[in-house]
Amino acid sequence: MSKTVRLDQVAYGRSGDKGDDSNVGIWARTPAGYEVLERELTPARVKAHFAGIMTGEVTRYELPRLRALNFILGHSLAGGGSGSVRTDAQGKAHARGLLFMEIEVPDDFEV
Amino acid sequence: MAQRQPVLVGNGQGFWGDSVLGPVRLVNEGPLHYLTLDYLAEVTMSIMQKQRARNPKAGYATDFVTMVERVLPRCIDQGIKIVANAGGVNAAACAEAVAEVARKQGVSVKIGIVEGDDIMGQLDELMAGGEEFRNLDNDEPLKNHLDKLQSANVYLGAQPIVDALAQGADIVITGRATDPSLVVAPLMYEFGWDINDHDKIAAATVAGHILECGTQSTGGNFDGWRDVPDMARIGYPVCEAYPDGTFVITKQDGTGGLVSTDTVTAQLLYELGDPHAYLTPDVTADFSTIELEQEGPNRVRVHGIKGHAPTSTYKVSMAYSDGYKVLGELTCTGPDAAEKARFTAELLFARLELDGTSYDDAQKTIEIVGTNTACFPGMVPPADSYEVIMRVGLREYDKRKANRFGGELASLLLSGPPGLTGFAAGRPRASEVIGYWPALLTKEKVSATVSITEVRA
Repeated sequence: MSKTVRLDQVAYGRSGDKGDDSNVGIWARTPAGYEVLERELTPARVKAHFAGIMTGEVTRYELPRLRALNFILGHSLAGGGSGSVRTDAQGKAHARGLLFMEIEVPDDFEV
Repeated sequence: MAQRQPVLVGNGQGFWGDSVLGPVRLVNEGPLHYLTLDYLAEVTMSIMQKQRARNPKAGYATDFVTMVERVLPRCIDQGIKIVANAGGVNAAACAEAVAEVARKQGVSVKIGIVEGDDIMGQLDELMAGGEEFRNLDNDEPLKNHLDKLQSANVYLGAQPIVDALAQGADIVITGRATDPSLVVAPLMYEFGWDINDHDKIAAATVAGHILECGTQSTGGNFDGWRDVPDMARIGYPVCEAYPDGTFVITKQDGTGGLVSTDTVTAQLLYELGDPHAYLTPDVTADFSTIELEQEGPNRVRVHGIKGHAPTSTYKVSMAYSDGYKVLGELTCTGPDAAEKARFTAELLFARLELDGTSYDDAQKTIEIVGTNTACFPGMVPPADSYEVIMRVGLREYDKRKANRFGGELASLLLSGPPGLTGFAAGRPRASEVIGYWPALLTKEKVSATVSITEVRA
């Protein structure tokens, strides 16, 4: 059995810009949390979550020793750099955005 | 070689515009051996380029000179060396400004200047030799944009900084040096590491990455912010480095902030691409090998880092003129604030169209700040707020058209829905957009130079 929690109960995040792409680093608060992240945060789900702001693809990298996943959100900054007129032209809020995602954890998972 | 163990490197500047308190406190609160300062974001080079175009003696981080004024006597007295990429697009002018400070203060100092990153003058020759400078993001060759090009700088590595230190420099000023190289160089110099010792250079590069954004590794911009003590006096990160390539990230005693495996992980992931291949001119570092260990309060031990040979190319950062942008804001208040804000944005463009000025939809940005549309459209249900900000922006290549937009904003207060306010910033004006053009260049085609300016008191 599983229960639904918000990602920020399981993980921390930080994001920033790389040209017109942003990167979103998410890492688990506990070792058990990393398994949850690996299972729940598929590139397809992350792409769907950010569908409103990005036009490219999502690439996921795994860093198990840091209990972390690193996502590249392709073309998510409306031009990026000094050209974007978005409030968040550098993707600094994208980690906060992903931490709102609802995920499934085992019933006995402590948050 | 100096023989300090461990070597203490602190970074007091995460970008141009960061607080001057960082470096001043690192020096005054000690102990410290090297003070590094990172001033150059990609956007920063564009800004400095504009400044040098207006004034040939400008184009560097002026904050650096102000900072040096406050710490120079103590740095010289304590043997604290300074390594900074404050030179921007005019390292020589920056060094001269620092020399002037030393003369006024009666302090003897050797200033190392690292140049050779500016390849603007060699571009024609390089392109004639077959270099295309294809854009790393979209593979377009540079030749289509050559007429709008404003600057071209190579990201240099650690070796020329090491050379400057070996020549006795107390302060090393570089132009576009890679951020982590500012930390790699002092460790190479102190421990006598060879640039081909890939694991050690990778470790130093990781240390540089952790330090390069200042307080972002000591509790700033961190989700556990409620647990960060005394954030007002947040300490800047210090790397305590050992000759075997391991290091401890910490901060000075008595400072606020937090150094934990979480705050360090946060910074490791910042602006990270492929973790298996973190590319700098010095090394290819594998971030997936990094091991963190909390060895005490505010002390995180970092070890296990592996590296490989660097690539045969330098990254080139080029800036080109890419049209204009303009941005206007109004605050919308009262019931139905968000609905009124959207209505107002449409009204603005409808009025402009009546006067014969229309814009491509793809170039417009409309955000209703306060309804979660600015950063997370569609993710969170809009808040029911009685005040939101209508934020309307444009990208436009025609400057006249960009400026026409600003002329219709204020009148909306009298001719739009009720409750509009917040026109304090005045009529928005178009500002030039500097485009960023990342490319690669074979290393052999670039020669970094080191020179020394000496001031004797």
